[in-house]
Amino acid sequence: MLLKMFLTFFKIGAFTFGGGYAMIPIIQEEVVNKKKWVDENEFLDAIAVSQASPGPVAVNTSIYVGYRVKGLSGALACLLGTILPSFITILIIAIFFYQYRDNKVLDKIFLGIRPAIVALILSAVYKLTKSSNFGYKKLCISLAAVFAIEFLNISPIFLVIAGGIGAVIYNRLNFERE
Amino acid sequence: MVEAGVMMENLLKLFISFLKIGAFSFGGGYAMLPLIEEEIIQVHGWLSPTEFIDVLAVSEMTPGPIAINSATFLGYKVGGVWGSIIATIAVVLPSFIVMSIIFHFIARFKDTPYVEWVFSGIRPVVLGLIAAAAVTVGKNAFIDIKSIFIAVVLFYLVSFKRLNPILAVVLAGAMGIVLY
Repeated sequence: MLLKMFLTFFKIGAFTFGGGYAMIPIIQEEVVNKKKWVDENEFLDAIAVSQASPGPVAVNTSIYVGYRVKGLSGALACLLGTILPSFITILIIAIFFYQYRDNKVLDKIFLGIRPAIVALILSAVYKLTKSSNFGYKKLCISLAAVFAIEFLNISPIFLVIAGGIGAVIYNRLNFERE
Repeated sequence: MVEAGVMMENLLKLFISFLKIGAFSFGGGYAMLPLIEEEIIQVHGWLSPTEFIDVLAVSEMTPGPIAINSATFLGYKVGGVWGSIIATIAVVLPSFIVMSIIFHFIARFKDTPYVEWVFSGIRPVVLGLIAAAAVTVGKNAFIDIKSIFIAVVLFYLVSFKRLNPILAVVLAGAMGIVLY
């Protein structure tokens, strides 16, 4: 069973490109529809918890599903399965990357790719802004965070903590007023 | 012996850096870029800003979460194969610990409004972190009018024409060969 869990998540890790969120529908297909390790509702709980926890969503979800099916050893098997394909692929690329650093064509390719990375990130900002339905207050917080990082050089760790604590204080005050 | 000592020290620094990155990156992927940038470029100087973007490009084209990919890659750069193993373990360790705790106490977490409150405050910050990542990468990626052109075209294709990110990176590479 452990091996089966490991292999399932290995497959998921190996064939999903484009980061964590792309993995979610594939994890769902495998563990809910095919293997029936967790049901639909529980999977949604797992996603919610995974998004709320630090770290990549796909990694968190695999740990959760692993626990659900077979406790600690299951969680470890699923975690390993998820990260090993990335680990192996990147290690191989990293080893060769520095050998071909001075290649002229590769230089040109990367000159083209670098601005594309900005485009991909901006596109994520655009989609998130649209789907999150933030009011102007929350968007101001987002803008303040950009300003704090780019101009005041404040650590992102501090901003995440301040956001969390600030929201608790704000809600607590509102709660008491009611 | 001295070299072994320096190596151990670097590996320890690497472990602590990626532990921090793993522990404070919410919302995954791009949201953790400002934190990686701070730790890897500003504090330790392990990579130049342009090298950092190249690592992102490689992460974008290979399977798996960006967090894992960049940890493995940077770990290798700083400390070889051992470095890559240590950085990868460090970046997922906080996930593992937090998920273990949550899994055992999930019923209790559900009954308190505090968790929801905390995240209502963190979410807008995360959006800001992602936007900041775009600014930081842009500062180093926009070197001339051609690079801005590439970014505008790809932003349009990815946002409005649903171009797959991997194809976007491949297309951008091809544009690089043609334009430069």
